[in-house]
Amino acid sequence: MAAILELEGVCAHYGRIQALRDVSLRVEEGEVVTIIGANGAGKSTTLMTICGIVRATAGEVRYAGESIRDKRPDQLPALGLCQVPEGRRIFPRLTVQENLDMGAFLRRDADEIEADLGMVFRLFPVLHERRKQHGGTLSGGEQQMLAIARALMGRPRMLLLDEPSLGLSPMISQHIFRIIRNVNEERGMTVLLVEQNANMALKLADRAYVMETGAVVMEDDAAALRENADIKKAYLGQ
Amino acid sequence: MDYFFQQLINGLTLGGVYALVALGYTMVYGIIQLINFAHGEIFAAGGYLGVILLSYMASQGLMDSHPWFGLAFALILAMGYCAMLAMAVEKVAYKPLRQSSRLSVLLSALGMSIFLQNGLMLTQGVYDKAYPTEFTHGGFEWLGVRVSYMQIGILAVTALLLVLLNTLVFKTRIGKAMRATAQDKVMSALVGIHSDKVISTTFAIGAALAAAAGIMVGLYYGSVRYDMGFVPGIKAFAAAVLGGIGNITGAMIGGLIIGMVEILAAAYIPAGGEYKDVFAFVILIGVLYFMPTGIMGENVDDTRV
Repeated sequence: MAAILELEGVCAHYGRIQALRDVSLRVEEGEVVTIIGANGAGKSTTLMTICGIVRATAGEVRYAGESIRDKRPDQLPALGLCQVPEGRRIFPRLTVQENLDMGAFLRRDADEIEADLGMVFRLFPVLHERRKQHGGTLSGGEQQMLAIARALMGRPRMLLLDEPSLGLSPMISQHIFRIIRNVNEERGMTVLLVEQNANMALKLADRAYVMETGAVVMEDDAAALRENADIKKAYLGQ
Repeated sequence: MDYFFQQLINGLTLGGVYALVALGYTMVYGIIQLINFAHGEIFAAGGYLGVILLSYMASQGLMDSHPWFGLAFALILAMGYCAMLAMAVEKVAYKPLRQSSRLSVLLSALGMSIFLQNGLMLTQGVYDKAYPTEFTHGGFEWLGVRVSYMQIGILAVTALLLVLLNTLVFKTRIGKAMRATAQDKVMSALVGIHSDKVISTTFAIGAALAAAAGIMVGLYYGSVRYDMGFVPGIKAFAAAVLGGIGNITGAMIGGLIIGMVEILAAAYIPAGGEYKDVFAFVILIGVLYFMPTGIMGENVDDTRV
């Protein structure tokens, strides 16, 4: 299988503080890969570097065989790379419907957009109920659903998810994780998932990377990591 | 009572013009949190292009044979010209400072205002330039209120532009992109919106509205001057703040209120006419003091639109 996303020796800095050290990872087409690690380990920074919000100071980022290191963030959705960012970033004074429209901003295929709208409303019926409400009036769980639905409206080839379970009840988190698995299996969508909830992430993912203080310290099949004694102790609370 | 309705019509006319200018302030503030001090000069540039075009057409006899066509032509051309001028101003004076502090951009805007005003003075002279107004005479009396065709024209054009703007901002794809960019630039980039283009478009739209207002003010008062943008600019800014800066509906309401108050105060307060410019600023200070978020505004530290 070919790698759809590849990071090679990526470094990133916030001012003089180095946030990423020599990060290398690859995601194959159709895989669900997770990055786990503690707060501040560089997981979110990795995602932001992939989509160009944070600039890589060294190394290479390749997507579908092409370097995207110097691309602006707004050039990536057209390549099929969509992100559910940290903190959800719902447009608070756009309606739920308008938030979803924004997800399909670059698309011109009206019929297909309509079909995808039906699809996300089937996945998240609550969004259909609330489609005329402002995004800012939704609960945390609903906003997370909206953030994912908005990304799906871009019909991405690859979805980047930053902490989709943050601040949500276990039940809602599980619902959201099931849907991520579902779109991966049914639509063949590649997923790169950053999560603090290592337990859930490792159950969902095919493979996983473990990050500490800005560097990748371990990489393996998710199932193997779940049995790894160090991981159990450090991240799974066992 | 007739007198009151007469003043109401006058206030509505002036208020509509303030609203058009206020929209440019509020839209730009909504999207990049900049008080664009050069906006009043764009308004003045519109007024000047209007007088140049209309005088030429009048000298060719066109304003006698096809006055409405001539006016529409001047309006559209001035709106297009000012839109391009504002986009150029944005590119030269504001875009390079996108990552700088808000104070730097504000100073750049002040500098741009002085530059444009002096540019107008150098190229057009320091004296008033008279608008050709022969074609604007006439009107009718209705229930004792005198309404000139000019006022009807101004009100109609203002209403049309306000409706068009509302449709653009709330119904179209680019309007949605503008609102999304105003609310969250990072996220709007992540859905594929190129924020530089949206910002540029916002400047263009605000400038087009100001240009139309500049022509209508020129027609209404019969002349333009190189510094005509300053006082109406600040009054329109007061209107934007009154409505809640960043809020489009607020700017429309604020403009109407400021225009209305100015006319009514001039009509009913003894010697109010001499102090008519004061009232907008009294309102501005009052709003800043008692309700800094304005009529439609939300949190001060939040961006709107």
